[in-house]
Amino acid sequence: MEKTGSSLLDLTYLDTLSDQDTPVHRLDPRVKLLTTLLFIVCVVSFNKYELSALLPFVIYPIVLVALGNLPLGYLLKKVLLAAPFAFLVGIFNPLLDRAVLVHLGPLEISGGWVSFASIMLRFVLTVSAALILVASTGFNAVCLALEKMGAPAAFTVQLLFLYRYIFVLGDEALRMLRARSLRSFGGRGMALQVSSLMIGQLLLRTLDRAQRIHLAMRCRGFDGEIRIARQLRIGGRDLVFLVGCSAIFLFMRLHDVPRWLGDTAMALMR
Amino acid sequence: MHMADALISPLVGGAMWAATAGLTVYSARKLKEKADDSMVPLMGVLGAFIFAAQMINFTIPGTGSSGHLGGGMILSILLGPYAAFLTMASVLTVQALFFADGGLLALGCNIFNLAFFPCFIAYPFIYRKVVGERPTRRRLVVGAVASSILALQMGAFGVVLETLFSGISELPFTTFLLLMLSIHLAIGVVEGLVTAAVVTFVCKARPEILEMAAVARPPATPALKNVLAGLLVVTVVTGGALSWFASANPDGLEWSMFHTSGKEALEVADQGPYALAARLQEKTAFLPDYGFRKGEEKEVPATSGEGDAAAEAGKGKAEEWPDVSAGKSLSGLVGAAMTLLLAGLIGLGLRRSQRKR
Repeated sequence: MEKTGSSLLDLTYLDTLSDQDTPVHRLDPRVKLLTTLLFIVCVVSFNKYELSALLPFVIYPIVLVALGNLPLGYLLKKVLLAAPFAFLVGIFNPLLDRAVLVHLGPLEISGGWVSFASIMLRFVLTVSAALILVASTGFNAVCLALEKMGAPAAFTVQLLFLYRYIFVLGDEALRMLRARSLRSFGGRGMALQVSSLMIGQLLLRTLDRAQRIHLAMRCRGFDGEIRIARQLRIGGRDLVFLVGCSAIFLFMRLHDVPRWLGDTAMALMR
Repeated sequence: MHMADALISPLVGGAMWAATAGLTVYSARKLKEKADDSMVPLMGVLGAFIFAAQMINFTIPGTGSSGHLGGGMILSILLGPYAAFLTMASVLTVQALFFADGGLLALGCNIFNLAFFPCFIAYPFIYRKVVGERPTRRRLVVGAVASSILALQMGAFGVVLETLFSGISELPFTTFLLLMLSIHLAIGVVEGLVTAAVVTFVCKARPEILEMAAVARPPATPALKNVLAGLLVVTVVTGGALSWFASANPDGLEWSMFHTSGKEALEVADQGPYALAARLQEKTAFLPDYGFRKGEEKEVPATSGEGDAAAEAGKGKAEEWPDVSAGKSLSGLVGAAMTLLLAGLIGLGLRRSQRKR
């Protein structure tokens, strides 16, 4: 119950974050979407034992969090909450791949641990990039960008609608849950049958609501299409961001920066 | 069940994105043909309903844990395949963006696993066939349970295949498959029971809703062939194009910290007049006393003829020249620490300057 309540709060909170005025927020949503996708593709395209070359990529989330005035701790918590699946699949790597890959003095590290660490690092990077995209852009702007980039209108309208009514129906579900927990003791109301009926009840209310919404929209001249008034314009600043980020990603993709740094440092020490 | 970005390769992610994009465009077009504008709010609100319904948790019989609805089957039954596919896709997109379930690159995989199978396979081929023209209560229950189980099994199979083709996880195919299928069999039974209960409830309370869905939307069987053919073409083409791209750029494996087996590096050098070759020279010349070049030359006969046995090659190398490897690892660690420190400092500095303003 706390978890479900907080997921609604999460939605609102991420939306509040997107309602700021920072250099990151002012960027064109399309540019941010493209950059995020490119970032993710670059990160995922490394081979599975890669660790050092992945590290420089943390610079992207760090810079955006800093410039976009986003709460680092909150984002990290969200990333950790989503970790179980990747963790569960990845944790088998150390068990199955025992070939020793790295020697650190007496310490021997197997390939499995290296690839596991690589999976978790990829996970943190990709997930945080997606969260930062929403937190710095806002959901409506992301939908708008999707539509301008050629996604079918039926799909983007669907996204907008869905997002609009999550809160309404979420509140409705929370009220039902509260009613259930007030009337049942020791978790007896949690039975499959009761819950199914509740879901059915919620479904009926939802269908009625959809019909009312449709009538209201018809009254206001709805003809099956939703037109978004907001205009997007890609300025010089956006282009600089896009080109700059792409260049940096490609550079980090092709060069192992930490290795180079480490080699230089070691060479200097000698 | 949600596939994660961290577990897939760009090849798999890209191919699945292309397939899903094709399906989305196709569904949107099909929906437009019907030109029923009451579908627009209905789909949107039902998408939100799936979220709300997932909040209503229940105890899974026989275990202490609680579960919640997945939703693909219920949407198909209420909306028909095309609208249900779009709705489910939007639900998964919101989950990817706000709840970090899966990821942006894995979104294609997730939509395929959790929306394509229930809407375009389980619904027309199982549910509609079982329920038939005149639904009875028993038929509804059997149809809902059977199609939910099958949809989830296919979805789980999809996850296993995508993981396998990506090659990031070490899990052997059969183990992973058995694990996923058995877990999702249990989940599928519960999902099917809940779906059946909801459907029969709706059938009792407002029978016209289900009748409307059944009458207005005939099964999608004839069109499905085209969809599948198109999907296959799209997937193969993107897969082929991407793999060509991937092999033209040999993955930058070259100077990875842990397995300078030498083979990849040499192959890269062989690749032709790339800047890569020049860079290789530059790097080896940059630290002449580093032992990189020596190790590389000696290593070649040991590893040549072995495919991607990077791990083994790395191991062999580590055993033969432990000191080289240790030095390499140490400089790698130093470099990693410096990178992170730099990144952190940049972040801190930016935030400071941001605050001051």
